[in-house]
Amino acid sequence: MRLPESLSRLIYNAIPSHLVGEILTKRWVDNLVPFLLLSAVIAIFGTAINGFFAPASLLDTTRQLGEFLIVVIGLTIVMLGGGIDLSVGSIYALSVFMSVLGIYLWELPVSLALVLAIATGGLCGAFNGILIGYLRLRAFLTTLVTLIMGRSLYDILIIVWGKQLQMSPVLNDQFDYIGTGSLGGLPVSILIAGVFALLAHVLLSRSRLGWHISAVGGSRRSAYNAGIPVRRTVFLTYVISGLSAGIAGFLFAARLSGAGPGTGAGLELAALTAAVVGGNSLGGGRGSIAKGLMGAIAVLTMTNGLIRLGYGTGSNQLVLGFMLAFAVVLDIRWAKNRHKVLAEVYVAPVHHRMSGEESALPNGGGAYALNDRLSEASPIALGEVEGPEDVILDEDGNLYAGTRHGEIVRWFAPDYKRSEVFAHIGGFPLGLAMDRDGSIKTCVGAMGLYSIARDGEVTRLSTETNRSWLSVVDDARLRDPNDCDIGPDGRVWFTDSTTRYDAHDWVLDSIESRPTGRLLVYDPKTGRTKTVHDGLRYANGVCLAHDGRSILIAESWACSVHRYWIEGPKAGTMECLIADMPGYPDNINRASDGGYWMAWLGVRTPTFDLSLRHPGFRKRMTRRLPGDDWLFPNINSGGVIKFDETGRIVGTLGDLTGNNHPMVTSMREHKGELFIGGILNNRIGRYKIPGADPDWTSWKSYWSSTTETVAEGGPSQAARRRESAETTLPEGRA
Amino acid sequence: MSVLKSGTLSQERIVFLFAIVLFAAYAVLLDGFLAPNNLMAILRSVSVLGILAVGMGIVVVGRGIDLSMVAVMAMATAWQLAMINAGTSPFLATVIVFAGVVAVGIINGLLIAYAEVPAVFATLATASFVFGLVRSRFIVQDAVPVPPSASFILEFGQARLAHMPIEVVMFAIAAFLSFLVLRFTKFGRYVYYMGDNYQAARTMGIPVRPMIIGQYVVSALVAWLAGLITAAGLQSINTRVVNSTLLYDVILVVVIGGIGLSGGKGGMRNVVIGALLIGIMLNGMTILDLPNIYQNLIKATILLVALVIDSRLNPRDEQVGQQGDI
Repeated sequence: MRLPESLSRLIYNAIPSHLVGEILTKRWVDNLVPFLLLSAVIAIFGTAINGFFAPASLLDTTRQLGEFLIVVIGLTIVMLGGGIDLSVGSIYALSVFMSVLGIYLWELPVSLALVLAIATGGLCGAFNGILIGYLRLRAFLTTLVTLIMGRSLYDILIIVWGKQLQMSPVLNDQFDYIGTGSLGGLPVSILIAGVFALLAHVLLSRSRLGWHISAVGGSRRSAYNAGIPVRRTVFLTYVISGLSAGIAGFLFAARLSGAGPGTGAGLELAALTAAVVGGNSLGGGRGSIAKGLMGAIAVLTMTNGLIRLGYGTGSNQLVLGFMLAFAVVLDIRWAKNRHKVLAEVYVAPVHHRMSGEESALPNGGGAYALNDRLSEASPIALGEVEGPEDVILDEDGNLYAGTRHGEIVRWFAPDYKRSEVFAHIGGFPLGLAMDRDGSIKTCVGAMGLYSIARDGEVTRLSTETNRSWLSVVDDARLRDPNDCDIGPDGRVWFTDSTTRYDAHDWVLDSIESRPTGRLLVYDPKTGRTKTVHDGLRYANGVCLAHDGRSILIAESWACSVHRYWIEGPKAGTMECLIADMPGYPDNINRASDGGYWMAWLGVRTPTFDLSLRHPGFRKRMTRRLPGDDWLFPNINSGGVIKFDETGRIVGTLGDLTGNNHPMVTSMREHKGELFIGGILNNRIGRYKIPGADPDWTSWKSYWSSTTETVAEGGPSQAARRRESAETTLPEGRA
Repeated sequence: MSVLKSGTLSQERIVFLFAIVLFAAYAVLLDGFLAPNNLMAILRSVSVLGILAVGMGIVVVGRGIDLSMVAVMAMATAWQLAMINAGTSPFLATVIVFAGVVAVGIINGLLIAYAEVPAVFATLATASFVFGLVRSRFIVQDAVPVPPSASFILEFGQARLAHMPIEVVMFAIAAFLSFLVLRFTKFGRYVYYMGDNYQAARTMGIPVRPMIIGQYVVSALVAWLAGLITAAGLQSINTRVVNSTLLYDVILVVVIGGIGLSGGKGGMRNVVIGALLIGIMLNGMTILDLPNIYQNLIKATILLVALVIDSRLNPRDEQVGQQGDI
């Protein structure tokens, strides 16, 4: 290997550049910008203001934070549901007034005053909710108007009652304690806010209502179609917001023991800025309590800091207006361009070099030389089936295949003209295996491992495996389960081709060529799945060896077949059986003569092989060119390869015309015939294998306890028949 | 509903009839309502509101909204007067403020058209920003008087044209010019297309983004004009008007007049009718000696009812509505 290539291998294979894309897929990166902003704000004001971090100063700030945070949380919930609530400022003011009125004029106990404040907030919120949720008014203007209404009402009330409140002789120690007391060094209000935040977080992330709110905010119409009561959910978000403003107002009243003309003025702008600066998305769907918390702290620190630094009237509005515009622009551009950035940087190719000694050229003379025999295969279900990735037959000779439509279709023996939907799964069934009891185990693309009983009942077996410690993407999830086979003890061995891409993006994995494929095993006794081997470049077909002691695994983008020992002295280890084939292997299945059939989904090309050695080239290609112009592996011509237990290639089948089976993803031998499937094909091929055992079936080979005798009995029966023919012929002639 | 939709009884006509009925009722019930001075007072009282509504109307027809108008109106004028007070030549001050006002319009337009921020947020943010910037940096007190060196402003305020106060004349001119622009120029027709279906207008090749900027520059300039007229009439400008309900009165005029907030509908006639109705209503309440805060409550309630009716008459089109259009 020349130096530049060694260097590029070092750079692209050693530096985990794929992590950038994986981190960007995480929802928590949304919090990164608000978090940095918050840190910056605290750092700036912490250094600019003397004694900012002094306990007394912090105590005072956190006391205000408690009230403000509760308001912001309410607004966050409304925004998450796709709305907005500007009336929080006046609801807050009205609740302050009602608390004060309750305590100082009506001389209510604290608990009743709290109820009064909360009820005020809830009623105002319900008023908003009816207008916006049920009457479907525009949230922004409506709450702007209710803000004015509430504010006017408050002004009227404060003029009417203000004097009486000022003169009130009532002293309520409990009330004062809530406002000015501390518990364990923390102000009461921040403790209440903390509990409130926790409850709101649980509500949003763990409860049905919370999920409904996110769903409505994310896509109102989809939520409606999914049966979520959209209007009621929207209504409830405003009620929650009103309640929050009510609680916050109560805390404010307790802190200041009174209400003045300016109470709550401008709060709506500060709260809105806080919610947006924290990273809650306008228009809904994205947001969390943590974001609201970060925004609240940032905005409060800033507004308080400006006052303490002595900046005059208007500076707050100046900064809030700027922050609001900046945060909204950032939020909108981020939401709009995130997937573009992700698409730009996600593909992170690595260097991969394969030897190119073998060739599949038809007249190349090598062991892999493809021929034209598959063009003779007769088609089944021509034009009726779409994408039979894998095919399998039962003991009665009925044919099963998964289709693009998320179904397993059964064609009836012997002529396969009649068909029925055997089972509807909903995902694309990729690998099929027949269990001892005749049920079918299937790997469903992007879903997991499923079992289909003989009566067509679908059972989910596994959708996750163990999470590895250092992965950024959630590799517990099965992204691309591809093929499965069943061991003698009933354990299901299956592959998950890649942890980087979803099933429909499998070609991107070929361009990246990063070894993330895995071999997994599902144990029916425990119901658990675990990863037994990883680091494969697109783990694909699996097949239990004839002796049941090892598993053969196809590694598509490395063009290799491996053997994984499940018992014996080498149990748990993997060894390479065939390396650097000229084609990309897909499913592997047993053959009647003790060998194996292997499907090739395509053959290698020198150009793509070369590009695999130049990760920088592929990286530039994916960044600068539209997808249609990318260089992909050739999947237009594949074939079927037969190899024996030692990995020696003993035969090939190809379709040089490209009419019948240009790309082969599976094949299954049954009673002397080979049934051929292709994930992009519109037919299932049926090919008579010359000289194959006419009684051999795959199921018998796996599950008949007399496998050996049948295998031996086959030829002997045939021999007997031949003998009888020979014996009868002379008679006939005679 | 069906009657309203059939066109025989459009919202505009309802409002017009309501205005006449209200006028008649006040005329009968309130002493001095029909006095010529009072009628002139009604016209004068609505003219600043009407001028603002002309600018807002153009923006709303294009499916936008400009919440920064009152801030621009007060702060641009205050800044201009403060500069003249401080000795800057009136001409230079006017040029600087003109540049500033245009800049605010352009920022609004850039945020809305290019950064795709919903208009309500963009203009809410710029309103706060403009108020904060001018209040904290350029002026020292809430109210800025018109300085003697700018007496031309006062003379302008005293001017009469055909016995009409200048603000009424300016309202008429602004409304008529906007009517001509909206009805007879390419720009005006495009504003309607854009308001009716933004995506379709864009696909047609209408330069929607520059046009949005144009709209907000126009509304900012109109707001400034309203500010100058206010200053001319009151001999000073009080920046506290930003925190008043004037902005909602403007929206009230536009919505009540029948320019649907979903855009593409209505015109200057609606603005005039809406302004008259509000003027009559406020005048009556003032004669009845209702305190300001009660008036605010009543106006807000009427605006809310108007919004409900608007949403019934012009339901939001789910097909062309954007995600996040709140």
